[in-house]
Amino acid sequence: MTISDNGFSAKRRLILKGAVTVALIGPGNIPFSLAPAFAAANDKYPEDAFKAKSDADAIKSLYGKTAEPSEKVKLDAPEIAENGTVVPISVSTTLADVTSISFLVSENPNALAASYKIPAGTLPSVANRLKMAKTSNVIAIVEAGGKLYSATKEVKVTVGGCGG
Amino acid sequence: MASTIRVRATQSGDTTEVQALIQHPMDSGFVKDAKGETIPPHFIQELTFEYDGKSVFVADWGAAVSKDPYVKFSFKGGKKGDDLKISWIDNKGATDTTTAKIQ
Repeated sequence: MTISDNGFSAKRRLILKGAVTVALIGPGNIPFSLAPAFAAANDKYPEDAFKAKSDADAIKSLYGKTAEPSEKVKLDAPEIAENGTVVPISVSTTLADVTSISFLVSENPNALAASYKIPAGTLPSVANRLKMAKTSNVIAIVEAGGKLYSATKEVKVTVGGCGG
Repeated sequence: MASTIRVRATQSGDTTEVQALIQHPMDSGFVKDAKGETIPPHFIQELTFEYDGKSVFVADWGAAVSKDPYVKFSFKGGKKGDDLKISWIDNKGATDTTTAKIQ
């Protein structure tokens, strides 16, 4: 009994400690929340963002801000994808100081599909292949100079790629 | 075992174009097999490209990336004959690494 009690309280203390750390870091982060804090956060695999259901939640979890549509983000995706398991999608942009590019499929069970870090010296252009459950908007997010820009295109899917 | 990673890095002018193709099931966890049982999620989470000790491209992937994933990007400053190091890790902790010469 004593042992299990100890185990419990130790675990509890850890959780409390975690909560305190979060509480301490939380407000402190606000003044620096633009570029550096997010750059640091981006170094880890963004598990929560990939688990988010909707596109808006995923963007919020990944970047902590919202994107504005921009004509400078060029999203290249097919009008109609016959096979939803392999949809070639690419993004390029003329924006300067790009630090990351992300792809979201709004109607997928988890909207965020892929997120790429673009270090200085790497061109802001990425091509990849994604799965689409059904006809959906595809959203490309470009993070440039600490701001988010987006482009959206609807891709019609005849055979879905995310379920039976 | 042969590497799961196939890379072609070609330098032209001041940029190096990199194309990579990786063998991986990229199971999403939403698909059922013939018996109607759900295939558990199994997908690459992080793919890193390093040149000259620095990462030039890092991909964070979810389950929505297609089976046997393909990715293409370009970076400035690669030299012919230099090594490009590519590595991935999936959600089960499996990894693979390879190096490719820039052509």
